[in-house]
Amino acid sequence: MALLEVNDLKVHFRTDDGIVKAVDGVSYTVESGQALGIVGESGSGKSVSSLTVMGLTRFAGNAIIEGSIVFDGKDLLAASDEDMRTLRGNDIAMIFQDPLSSLHPFYKIGDQLVEAIQAHRDVSKAQALDRSVEMLGLVGIPEPRRRIDSYPHEFSGGMRQRVMIAMALINDPKLLIADEPTTALDVTVQAQILDLIQRLQKELDTAIVMITHDLGVVAEVTDDIGVMYAGRIVEYADKEAIFAAPEHPYTWGLLKSIPRLDSPRGEELVPIPGRPPSLILKPSGCAFHPRCPYVREAHTKIDPQLAPAADVGNGGGHRHEVACLLPGQTRRALWAALRTGQVPDQVLENVDVPETAIDREAVGEVLAPAGTEVADGVVAAEPVATEPAPPAVTDGLSQDAGPDAPRR
Amino acid sequence: MSTNGKSPLIEVRDLEKHFPLKQGIILQRQVGAVRAVDGISFDVLEGETLGLVGESGCGKSTTARLVTRLLEPTDGTIVYKGEDIAHSSRAELKPLRRDMQMIFQDPYSSLNPRKTVGSIIGEPFIIHRLEKDEGARKKRVQELMDLVGLNPEHYNRFPHEFSGGQRQRIGVARAIALKPKLVVADEPVSALDVSIQAQIINLLSQLQRELGLTIIFIAHDLSVVRHVCDRVAVMYLGKIVEMADADQLFDHPRHPYTGALLSAVPVPDPRLAREKHRQVLGGDVPSPTNPPPACRFHTRCPKAQDGKCNVDEPFLEVKEGGNLAACHFPLTDEEIAARVPTAAA
Repeated sequence: MALLEVNDLKVHFRTDDGIVKAVDGVSYTVESGQALGIVGESGSGKSVSSLTVMGLTRFAGNAIIEGSIVFDGKDLLAASDEDMRTLRGNDIAMIFQDPLSSLHPFYKIGDQLVEAIQAHRDVSKAQALDRSVEMLGLVGIPEPRRRIDSYPHEFSGGMRQRVMIAMALINDPKLLIADEPTTALDVTVQAQILDLIQRLQKELDTAIVMITHDLGVVAEVTDDIGVMYAGRIVEYADKEAIFAAPEHPYTWGLLKSIPRLDSPRGEELVPIPGRPPSLILKPSGCAFHPRCPYVREAHTKIDPQLAPAADVGNGGGHRHEVACLLPGQTRRALWAALRTGQVPDQVLENVDVPETAIDREAVGEVLAPAGTEVADGVVAAEPVATEPAPPAVTDGLSQDAGPDAPRR
Repeated sequence: MSTNGKSPLIEVRDLEKHFPLKQGIILQRQVGAVRAVDGISFDVLEGETLGLVGESGCGKSTTARLVTRLLEPTDGTIVYKGEDIAHSSRAELKPLRRDMQMIFQDPYSSLNPRKTVGSIIGEPFIIHRLEKDEGARKKRVQELMDLVGLNPEHYNRFPHEFSGGQRQRIGVARAIALKPKLVVADEPVSALDVSIQAQIINLLSQLQRELGLTIIFIAHDLSVVRHVCDRVAVMYLGKIVEMADADQLFDHPRHPYTGALLSAVPVPDPRLAREKHRQVLGGDVPSPTNPPPACRFHTRCPKAQDGKCNVDEPFLEVKEGGNLAACHFPLTDEEIAARVPTAAA
């Protein structure tokens, strides 16, 4: 059985402006010793889903949490606050992005490490200190015996992140959640920290969930990758498949929009038009459709679910799922053209993107034409039925697709 | 260093900036100095994009602020249009400010939240008393907004009504309002989401083509620098350790520090990632108050030799392939291939 099983997790927040659907049906599993990468932009729900696994969203009075999270046979959503407290920092640990604001500035790091141990283990302070020194040594802090009496401000950013990792691993957790652990660090220090996480994973057989926006980091550290967009996983596969044969237009967009050291220097970047959607009024149908160059009318009405992608040449039983309404054949033709360096407009000239038949019953009712073609091929979603249509969008770059943009 | 027949716009020689460290409450005495920039020389050629890279604290932002004269250098010269501006007064600098503009990292704190977009972008015209007529100014501002991909109808909106990427466009519009010759972009995309970064990078290169801008581009993300820049200078502890054309620098880095930086960049390709022998630099950057003697990199350098690197300071010299590098033992092609899989391609 998997160590962590997240099933159809939904985390919604009630706010004055409406319900924020931060996580909207996410499922994944992590085995012992395995590393899962969750990739997405800010506001895609990647942090909220893992905070929920840690039981940290349950205290938000306005949170509505549905679905199930099973860790090591225990249902975490049903667990009491007391049970979660014994689990947190013990069996499940987390590393946060900003090591400065995650350490208490008034206490010596030794005291903070000792507290982390004594909260879960019945040991003497001297034993806890010994363990702290051992952990600091393990994460590569020179002279740990002396540095244990230092305050957080006496450490550099990379060193503080090492202290955070030492604190997270001090009780031998089974699962480590790392939320953008290297984003605030220089590349050279990032390399040190990634090396450290990988080494510790091998030595201690810890399962890792690595949350990041950096495709390079997941390529180096993780086994499987889930790409999140607007609160859902839109593509899930092992890392070889994600980079060699991605199937979701958003994944293509991410891969084509980052400058890479291994691509020809003159190659123009292809940005994803528009910006991430509002999580209160999500676009109808496929949430990515206002930014997708291959959109068809049906995509604005039908909400795609994760379904197995028919992988060609990806040997043996790996999970590869994608939530996209384009036919598999079309997707592969599109990616084949994209990876030769063509931009979406060129690709569309050569590859025929068929309209998907709309199953009226599945969509519910016949809706008013949703989607207004605008200048640079971006489609603006209208709110489903009811509300009056927003003013015509004239500039796809400067206006958000959707009704939350015009404020006047 | 190939100059391609371009003439230098700015010539920087032996530039130094030491920030004094003081102790005592009333009678302050200087106890040391942070040597943020410690003797660097380079030219910025007309119409090029010069990249400055290095870890945090290496002095790249200080260099930018010295060149634009937001800071006064401790020593050295900055020659612009045949004139040394290193110690010019505020009044002498005012006409120069039109020619040199900056784009900042954080699009949230670099725009005044109480002003409309129109008045933020129109401000340079008022300061330099250029477009006194309000109607004409509005027209100019709206043209600029259109140029950077903002909707001109949003003239009266406030910064908080825009997303991060759009705010950065506002910052770009303000910077190019007075048709400057030089734009210094200090980490212009590092605060933006990945899908938005590409929009701003493409905008900058489009504007450079259309307006003939010279850009100094500061970033810690080496993939972005490689994509944007014509020439790149690598800084370490207040010194330039290597400078070369972008192609040459990324394909054949000669300084071990440049090699280590490139080796550390995660590659979004699982196959290359597996083959590469990531070279991890130990420790942290030493303190710039008390930098190591001779070659400043010798404490972390995998190729350092006792008795040479810690005694004899290397100077920038032309190495194999044309790179300027300050190193006694530059990397060989085999060493580069082992460390930086992307370089061989």
